[in-house]
Amino acid sequence: MTRAAKSPPKPKQAATEWPHRHLLGLEDVSADEICLILDQAKHFKEVSTREIKKVPALRGKTVVNLFFEASTRTRTSFEVAAKRLSADVLNVAASGSSVVKGETLIDTVHTLEAYRIDLLVMRHPASGAPHFVSRHCSSRVINAGDGMHEHPTQALLDLFTMQERGKEFDGLKVTIIGDIIHSRVARSDVFGLTKLGAHVVLCGPPTLVPKRFEAFGVERTTRLEEALDGADVVYCLRMQFERQQANFLPSVGEYVRLFGITSERMKLAKPDAIVMHPGPLNRGIELTSEVADSAQSVILDQVTNGVAVRMAVLFLLAGVN
Amino acid sequence: MKRNGAVLITGGRVVDPSQDLDEVADVLITDGRVAEIGHNIKAAGVPTLDASGCVVAPGFIDMHVHLREPGHERKEDIETGTRAAAHGGFTSVACMPNTNPVIDTSGVIDLIMMRADAVGVVNVFPIGAISAGLEGKDIANIGALVEAGAVAVSDDGLGSQDNYVLRRALDYTNMFGVPYISHAEDKRLTADGVMHEGHYSTLLGLSGIPSAAEEVHVARNAILAELTGTPCHVAHVSSTGSVRIVREAKARGVPITAEATPHHFTLTDACVATYDTNTKMKPPLRSEENRLALIEGLRDGTIDAIASDHAPHADSDKQVEFPLAAFGIIGLETAVSLACTELLHKGTLDLAQLVEKLSCAPARILNLDTKGSLKPGMDGDVTIVDPDAEITVNPDTFASKSRNTPFGGWQLTGAPVATIVAGHVVYDGRTARTGA
Repeated sequence: MTRAAKSPPKPKQAATEWPHRHLLGLEDVSADEICLILDQAKHFKEVSTREIKKVPALRGKTVVNLFFEASTRTRTSFEVAAKRLSADVLNVAASGSSVVKGETLIDTVHTLEAYRIDLLVMRHPASGAPHFVSRHCSSRVINAGDGMHEHPTQALLDLFTMQERGKEFDGLKVTIIGDIIHSRVARSDVFGLTKLGAHVVLCGPPTLVPKRFEAFGVERTTRLEEALDGADVVYCLRMQFERQQANFLPSVGEYVRLFGITSERMKLAKPDAIVMHPGPLNRGIELTSEVADSAQSVILDQVTNGVAVRMAVLFLLAGVN
Repeated sequence: MKRNGAVLITGGRVVDPSQDLDEVADVLITDGRVAEIGHNIKAAGVPTLDASGCVVAPGFIDMHVHLREPGHERKEDIETGTRAAAHGGFTSVACMPNTNPVIDTSGVIDLIMMRADAVGVVNVFPIGAISAGLEGKDIANIGALVEAGAVAVSDDGLGSQDNYVLRRALDYTNMFGVPYISHAEDKRLTADGVMHEGHYSTLLGLSGIPSAAEEVHVARNAILAELTGTPCHVAHVSSTGSVRIVREAKARGVPITAEATPHHFTLTDACVATYDTNTKMKPPLRSEENRLALIEGLRDGTIDAIASDHAPHADSDKQVEFPLAAFGIIGLETAVSLACTELLHKGTLDLAQLVEKLSCAPARILNLDTKGSLKPGMDGDVTIVDPDAEITVNPDTFASKSRNTPFGGWQLTGAPVATIVAGHVVYDGRTARTGA
């Protein structure tokens, strides 16, 4: 690879300010706006390397992490990001709204807003829940994952990590493997990557990667060899074991046999290809430990970069510029 | 409900396909029945309703309505539901059995009839459950239901899942001469689906309901209607395949009929993109290709009737996350305007065909022998429509208890002007519209 490693595309002059009230997904965000966030994240990444890992950018602002689903990684990442910006952070773990009929989602949000909060980071098992909330509240809403729909900050940190590793998006072959249909990570990555000009290949069994994904401007294949051939990025999605019960898959063993990423299979990709995973890993299933721990793996970089990207998102949405 | 009314409707364009009539004439109703259609009718002491510039049609019949009483009165009741029907131009409604208790005993039918008589504004025809508790396991006492007044039997909302039970139930129903109304849905294929399976479900990350979930049951219905000879009416047909299956079955002489709702022939799954829960119903809004197949089915007669599937829900059932929201929207007060706008003015149906699908066909399917026609001696039920009225849908003015409609703010062309049941004017929108 001879590509210049340290020259990520500069945002065009159009996007110097974040124009949206909320970040609900990457589907309705432009390529310029994505680049604006990534550039901002680059500045913030340096903050985490200082001895005093803090800037006063969001001093006096209150960020609420409202999580209706168990999450350690995303919630912690948002918390660290908010704290490094000097915001006050409130973590609210609301339990299963899907079955238990108690307080409605809108009432929960209005109750929190009565504390005069500024930013609402929300994870919810129902697709569209943050969109619904955003129409009924005055805070800025950041979608931290809604059902099977979008997980925009995950995709942004994925893009940031690819860029940091010297990947240029134009024509970049990014292969995403696994349970696409149920994956909010996959959708956000597809929206983000295609906007930036990448060539996205989705790979998995037809039960999990139906043909209709082709309408999103991506290639879709059930043949792993084809998907890996010449790939710049190999992105493994987490396999949910309950898919087996619903007959999307005969067995985990069969999935590993057909779609598990091994060192042998990685040889089909470009020599400098990177391996990514949104975590948490199922070692030996989506990918072998050998691959997960190899020099090609950037899985821990993704975690590190998550903080910088979320700092950028919080900062831009708070409108402090 | 009042009976035996008298009214003279003057100067309207009388469109009655049951007698191939389409001309400006007066319609005299006395003693609750059509007495005469003619010119310059004089009737001393009978109130007059000037219908000039409007269409005068045999009373519209919405054969697919959820009145919610008994059991779910916070959503709707017989009084508000029938008033909504009157406002929407319907003189009769057939109400679905998924009440609480369900309409699976004659006692519940008696209750509904009594309530309709006491507080109802239009005619109410109950539809009985085909199986006890709508559970799809044991045949309901259909004889008792029919004797008490059930005009059809159905599994609405649940879709008979067991083919053996349905086959026996259809065999059994055969001796009563009432149709089976099918909510065609294979629940296993629906699984956890909340919208049409296609591009938009994929985009929005919502679980999809494939058209196949409906089509498998429509095909099953055609096969069992042929086997048993019991007429099967497919409710709210929504997919290309369903239209094709019904068309082919009809061509072979199978006793099968079908209805389509205004929302299915007007909207598509693209409307779900905002996660508005008033776009969530069963069957789901499908793709444009499916919508066009419905239009074609309405045009070529494969789809016999237009019905609203009026399904009221309280705000608390709808102002929630999309996957958790109740299925269904109200339709009584928008159906006629949507049918005029989408079918009449876009050239799919002419006025006679529109009246056929809103009045004659439902009367025929439900064996309502004295309805669906303005021949002398028939019931004095009349719907007066101004097909060119420009209206803006304002849910705040609805008579229904519920507001779950996606059509708020829509500008439509065509509206009911007055509704007459048994010679009584139960809705007169002329004053309201002049005032506005």
